[in-house]
Amino acid sequence: MSERVLRIGLPVLVLALVILAWHLIVQGFAIPPYVLPGPGLVLSTLIADGPLLWQSLLVTLALTCEGFVLAAVGGIVLAVAFNQWRAIEYSFYPYAVILQVTPIVAIAPILLIYLPQPLAVLACAWIVAFFPVLANTTLGLNSVDHNLLALFDLYKASRWQVLWNLKLPAALPQMLAGLRIAGGLSLIGAVVAEIAAGSAGAGSGLAYRIAESGYRLNIPRMFAALVLLSLAGVAIFFALSALSHLALRRWHESAMGRER
Amino acid sequence: MSGEGATVVSLRGVGKTFDSGTVALDGLNLDVRAGEFVSLLGPSGCGKSTALRIIADLSAPSKGAVTTPSGGPGSIGFVFQEPTLMPWADVTANVRLPLKLAHADEAKAQAAVAQALVRVGLSDFARAFPRELSGGMKMRASIARALVTEPDLLLMDEPFAALDEITRFKLNNDLLALWQELRRTVIFVTHSVFESVFLSQRIVVMTPRPGRVFDEIVIDAPYPRDEHFRTSAEYGALCRRVSEMLNAAMAGDGR
Repeated sequence: MSERVLRIGLPVLVLALVILAWHLIVQGFAIPPYVLPGPGLVLSTLIADGPLLWQSLLVTLALTCEGFVLAAVGGIVLAVAFNQWRAIEYSFYPYAVILQVTPIVAIAPILLIYLPQPLAVLACAWIVAFFPVLANTTLGLNSVDHNLLALFDLYKASRWQVLWNLKLPAALPQMLAGLRIAGGLSLIGAVVAEIAAGSAGAGSGLAYRIAESGYRLNIPRMFAALVLLSLAGVAIFFALSALSHLALRRWHESAMGRER
Repeated sequence: MSGEGATVVSLRGVGKTFDSGTVALDGLNLDVRAGEFVSLLGPSGCGKSTALRIIADLSAPSKGAVTTPSGGPGSIGFVFQEPTLMPWADVTANVRLPLKLAHADEAKAQAAVAQALVRVGLSDFARAFPRELSGGMKMRASIARALVTEPDLLLMDEPFAALDEITRFKLNNDLLALWQELRRTVIFVTHSVFESVFLSQRIVVMTPRPGRVFDEIVIDAPYPRDEHFRTSAEYGALCRRVSEMLNAAMAGDGR
């Protein structure tokens, strides 16, 4: 019980102290809001610009979710294909790595030349997010207990029976770990692409609002949009963690409390 | 099914060399008759597990001939050294696995699973997950899974090696009771002299590097064997004879 209080209480205390320090520094040194707005001003901007920022948030979130779902499906399908056919793994794995190690900030402007903006944003979200799903799922599929594989052999299980009844459930913990990383990364991919795109309009995402506010020296709105983006990232992380916990709570060590 | 006394497993001049160049088995001859309880006894590295895997067709011999029951999948049950249960599935689903893989009829499968769980005394834990079970109970689930297809031949690869002594004695007793009831052929791999004497009708002692049969000994003590047998002078004398044979086998190795 007290452990729980500390786990929630301490980070909240740290947050409160940081906000207080921020407030005192802004006040004490009389820093103008176009250099560094105080926490109160950021909050009031968040409320005043609420409808505008909310709409942008929805645009970014929609693209993030689409990118995430495509990355999840793509990563898992690719991992299964790699696991089932060695030739496919050897042919494509190097390019998956190249796609992953090339900085997305450098890819985004190029994609924007050939793709309409929403599609380019989606492609960026996909590119950064699919690799952790692919890498983790591949690891999971390859680390199946050898004795269980022998058992399936003994009963003359078909390849698809082994995949469906053994490899996929065994890989679930790693797959979910990959998805948890991918959730945050697809938000990053979407934000990078939006900033690179930099186009205005009703359909503009939150990252565009940050860039635009920067040009206009509307620093409080920059911070307000940043806070919203962070909250969105945190919400995605918690949603995926909860999903992972639900799927694993009956059997996997990672989802169990330790008895002491 | 073949009658008592007919040879169900026959290994002739079986050798196994791994890709690494290790010679695990060389010139192994072994015959097991229907309904027999045979132990393969030897130090680690004598290839007894390899021999078991070759009998189960989980590994191919490099040379020699192997004859095993040809009843299709499910005619051989295998119990590994670890329980080897699927951690994401409950006991029922784990025990049902062989029938599921064979696309068995749902109602028949359910009845077979229930019966196998009764046999190993796990009926009350049908819905438990492997991590909720003790080591001994996990092994019981593993044995139930091996029995669920009613195999002619049960292969056991040091199944109780990782258990504490109290649990091991209990499982030895229960395994013998099961064997007397079902009369399946059992080949039991162990490195424990005491376990092999308590369980077997016949003990095959193996030498290491390369693995081959050193000698064998018939344990003609009557069944049922129980705690009384375990503490008898006869049991002690038999254990001593088998120990001496094992020592001779290891000395023959040149160490």
